[in-house]
Amino acid sequence: MLIKDVKELLDGEFLTGQEYSMCEVNGAFGCDLMSDVLAYVEDKTLLLTGLTNPQVIRTAEMLDINAIVFVRGKVPSEEVIAMAKDIGIALIATKHTMYTSCGILYNNGLKGILIGGI
Amino acid sequence: MHSEKKDMGIKLEYEVIKEDFGRAGEASSDIKKVLRKLGIDSAIIRRVAIATYEAEINIVIHSEGGKITVYIKPDKIEIIAKDKGPGIKDINLAMQKGFSTASNKVRELGFGAGMGLPNMKKSSDEFDIESKVGIGTTLKMIIYFNK
Repeated sequence: MLIKDVKELLDGEFLTGQEYSMCEVNGAFGCDLMSDVLAYVEDKTLLLTGLTNPQVIRTAEMLDINAIVFVRGKVPSEEVIAMAKDIGIALIATKHTMYTSCGILYNNGLKGILIGGI
Repeated sequence: MHSEKKDMGIKLEYEVIKEDFGRAGEASSDIKKVLRKLGIDSAIIRRVAIATYEAEINIVIHSEGGKITVYIKPDKIEIIAKDKGPGIKDINLAMQKGFSTASNKVRELGFGAGMGLPNMKKSSDEFDIESKVGIGTTLKMIIYFNK
């Protein structure tokens, strides 16, 4: 799914990284636990989270995650947005909850990543 | 950061400060940039990034401060994360997925789920942990270019 489609389906707005609109994400992972994100996520996975601290961006950087959706109307600080801009990660804010956001994207064909045994 | 070139490789070294949550990850970010400039395979870079970042977060969260040293050699990357601190009482327990002694503050940041050490082990080809209670913990991880 293209990053611009994620933004449109979630009635979201770009906080930074609009230039990556036409880049693709291969799957999605919704999680507020960065420890689990680090343990399970592959590159080009869309991360949906309600956390907005700098470690979310650092975690994404380490894993080559190219887009993050902040759910429940959460918006990170300017400093955090600037960090993502420097690294080259698209940030999208949506007012939808985590559950609804994941449901909308899943219904439109963006599947979850596979983790051990499933 | 301190770096030096030797005949057989490159050494990178970073101080990691206790409870400096704002800057946690800067060392790993720099290591990743250096590896990328050297043209190292992206799958290898990713594994090194995960291992160094988990180690860096652990030092910030649990220790009195420490150091991360990375040796980039022709056939492998060695990562040494050494901290001063309380040490780990029961390493077998600490290696179990889900076991954590992290504070609520750390959990609010999205860490402390007890995945760090198992994830470092998973990301590296060789993993060694030594810890002495009251003194500190040293992790050694090796990732080979061809394995």
